[in-house]
Amino acid sequence: MTTIDNGVNVQALLDAREALKGAPEAAQFTWRASSKWQNGVHSTTTIQNFFGLGQEQSHKSETVFTADHPEVFAAEDNGITPIEYLLVGLAACLTAGVASVAQNRGIQLRSVESTVEGNHDIRGILGADSDVRNGFNDIKVTFTIDADASPQDIEALVAQSQKRSAVFDALTNPTNVTVEVA
Amino acid sequence: MLERGEVANSWRRERWDSLRLLTPNWQSRLPGHRYEGPDPDGYMTMGEVIEFIERFATVSRTPVRTGTNVRSVRRTDDGYRVTTSRGEIRCRAVVIASGACNQPTVPQFTDAVPASVVQLTPFDYHGPTNLPDGGVLVVGASATGVQLAAELKRSGRPVILSVGEHVRLPRLYRGRDVLWWMDASGVWNQRHDEVDDLTRARRLPSPQLVGTPERRTLDLNALAAMGVELVGRWAAVRDGRALFSGGLRNVFSLADLKMQRLLDTFDEWARAHGCDAEVDPPERFAPTHVPESARWQLDLRSGEIRTIVWATGLRPDYGWLDVPVVDAKGRLRHEGGVVDSPGLYALGLPVLRRRKSTFIHGIEDDAREVIDHLTRYLAVRHSLA
Repeated sequence: MTTIDNGVNVQALLDAREALKGAPEAAQFTWRASSKWQNGVHSTTTIQNFFGLGQEQSHKSETVFTADHPEVFAAEDNGITPIEYLLVGLAACLTAGVASVAQNRGIQLRSVESTVEGNHDIRGILGADSDVRNGFNDIKVTFTIDADASPQDIEALVAQSQKRSAVFDALTNPTNVTVEVA
Repeated sequence: MLERGEVANSWRRERWDSLRLLTPNWQSRLPGHRYEGPDPDGYMTMGEVIEFIERFATVSRTPVRTGTNVRSVRRTDDGYRVTTSRGEIRCRAVVIASGACNQPTVPQFTDAVPASVVQLTPFDYHGPTNLPDGGVLVVGASATGVQLAAELKRSGRPVILSVGEHVRLPRLYRGRDVLWWMDASGVWNQRHDEVDDLTRARRLPSPQLVGTPERRTLDLNALAAMGVELVGRWAAVRDGRALFSGGLRNVFSLADLKMQRLLDTFDEWARAHGCDAEVDPPERFAPTHVPESARWQLDLRSGEIRTIVWATGLRPDYGWLDVPVVDAKGRLRHEGGVVDSPGLYALGLPVLRRRKSTFIHGIEDDAREVIDHLTRYLAVRHSLA
């Protein structure tokens, strides 16, 4: 167990779990993004600060995300489409989960790769067919994992990473969304 | 011993008509009393369970005061004051044996269900005949959920089953009852202080089992083969529509993997104990079949569903316990049945001291240890006085 190192500080996470059991207020986080229209369907979204553990927090540095639409949508393609950011979030979240669960279960990872495909019928967003939804119809994630573990244990890693994933939950379960004009 | 109703009261009044025990008859054993009928591998009907418990009350000469409802238990200087519907009792120690299943739990969004849909809990359900004709949405895939879904489907109704995390088990494994394996392999004897995640173990839903004369398996594949439609965990109601989780595939994987791991444990035990020749060869079951596309919403006003059966769990009721030993989630604070208040004890709660704690045969070992603690407590108190 001591030789296993996936680079995840599991002890810190387990300590946080214990500490926050008795302090639910400190567990309340607010993640924030600020977005600005550039031109056409091109926008930039900036992320640096968030709230958690009872106070304002900050990432080491600011990150700017550029979103646009591809040329087949008659746009300039300055960046990926907004719905592709959901795939980024899902892949990153499940991968982080696989690494954390593996560390906790004493499984050394050698490589974790995944491909994420979201099937999208764009007749929905175009208003071409009111029976078609705007969002993804389904999403498929395929992991390829090389680790010191049986295929069954690897399956269990991937299952547990979904069970504890924020983005998997956000995509598979409804969330109240309020959009206002300030 | 105080009993609010008659002996075996909850078995008489809080169970549906067709229910049989999940444990085989040979496992129904209490100190000095066991099943001695002609069908040790069968499963008792409710009538038989009531008779079994009544007989135990008689042979054990337990001084049961029936029709005595406990209204409050309060701490006093030297023990407890118990107020009942038949007067007050002062005592130095109290054992809470009122069980973990006093009230059905339902999600908060039941209020948002349109009034045209009838809502029932397992406590209201007796059999298919007291339901309106038409579709039924059964919520929850524990033993209760799968049994009611199967019974309602057989009554000719369209049935949709909403499935969250669940525990899948085959009825028979390698020719033996799966609960024989739980017993023989020692899994059921695993102690509360040996279990990895005790909070999780205590919250586990009941396994997908049914007691039938045919000893059949009632997992989700069996239900799907009967024509029950499977949907994800019910997450919310929005504009009169039920919204189900899109994570169905993963709850199937989790349950399949856990079942496999348990069967591996059984196989290892059989090998290590030289039992391989006495049982059939190891077997593996098909993974839970994932529907081509499970629907994630259902219009509750469309008339497709006339009834919702909430098989979403049961919880204890400690409304009468005026001692501060219940946590924010309504669970009793105790360590192996020794409650966090001197002289107060509990029995018959999930994984109280062992995994088998809530099964009829599981109470004996727990009771010996808890009562041992209680008598030592009384002796020390006595010598101090």
